[in-house]
Amino acid sequence: MELRIGEKTTKVVVGMGTCGIAAGARPVMAAIKDELAKQGGEKVTVVQSGCAGFCEQEPLVDVFRPGEKKVTYGKVSPDKARKIVTEHILGGRMLPEFVFAQEK
Amino acid sequence: MLELSMHILDIAQNSLAAGSTRVDIRIHEDLLDDLLTIEIQDNGWGISEDVLTKVMDPFYTSRTTRGVGLGLSLLKEATELCQGHLQIRSVEGQGTVVIARFRLDHFDRAPLGDMGETMGILIAGNPKVEFLYEHRVNDQTYILETWEMRKILGAIDLDDPLVIDFVRQDISLGLKVIGAATFPKTMEVLR
Repeated sequence: MELRIGEKTTKVVVGMGTCGIAAGARPVMAAIKDELAKQGGEKVTVVQSGCAGFCEQEPLVDVFRPGEKKVTYGKVSPDKARKIVTEHILGGRMLPEFVFAQEK
Repeated sequence: MLELSMHILDIAQNSLAAGSTRVDIRIHEDLLDDLLTIEIQDNGWGISEDVLTKVMDPFYTSRTTRGVGLGLSLLKEATELCQGHLQIRSVEGQGTVVIARFRLDHFDRAPLGDMGETMGILIAGNPKVEFLYEHRVNDQTYILETWEMRKILGAIDLDDPLVIDFVRQDISLGLKVIGAATFPKTMEVLR
């Protein structure tokens, strides 16, 4: 998957490899789509990716906000996913307690 | 994997990674022969004969992020747990078909799970790909086709979040009408 630097819209990537799916990425993806629809986040792009190699941290969700560095959330549940949508993706406030890695 | 619908999502992801423009998912519950068949067919670039002999090996993968490839091996294990088996046929340049057979009412047969969510995510996540989902119980069949959905939804694109709900509701109702079984009967008795 190609991510272009300087993109103007927020992008969310959900890990949907075998490890991600087995850990529950499908309901996480459904929760993100549902919450975005409810809160008017139609401009946010949601895409799927394969295994990133950190299978024990799945489901992984990457958030790319315009002009900000990538934030990766680990062990995301549907409830956590809804909070990530409200607070970080739409609200711009990162949730450090759920973060697995942050781009430096 | 807890549900067969998660295996289906996983195998369909392989199809999409292989550049497929069409993915057909067919489920057949044969109550007379106590047989559940799941078939995932794509028109992707296929698998070479050499690789085909290795795909069910959990320590073989064509990807580079890690040294294991568990998707097909986990599905194979799920079939063998209930006297079934997994078969893969592929022609390079034409596509691949994965056929998983299960003893329908075997105690250890995994539940089908949420096919609505699986199809909703596949369709909404890949709006340019054509999907067919066919679920047959004896002589009753439920069919969902993306080309028919496009006609019904009109101006609404398939990647619209509304599509997931549409697909979920349609499948949930459709499977109820044809009497599709989620759990093996032996499990239903205990539930």
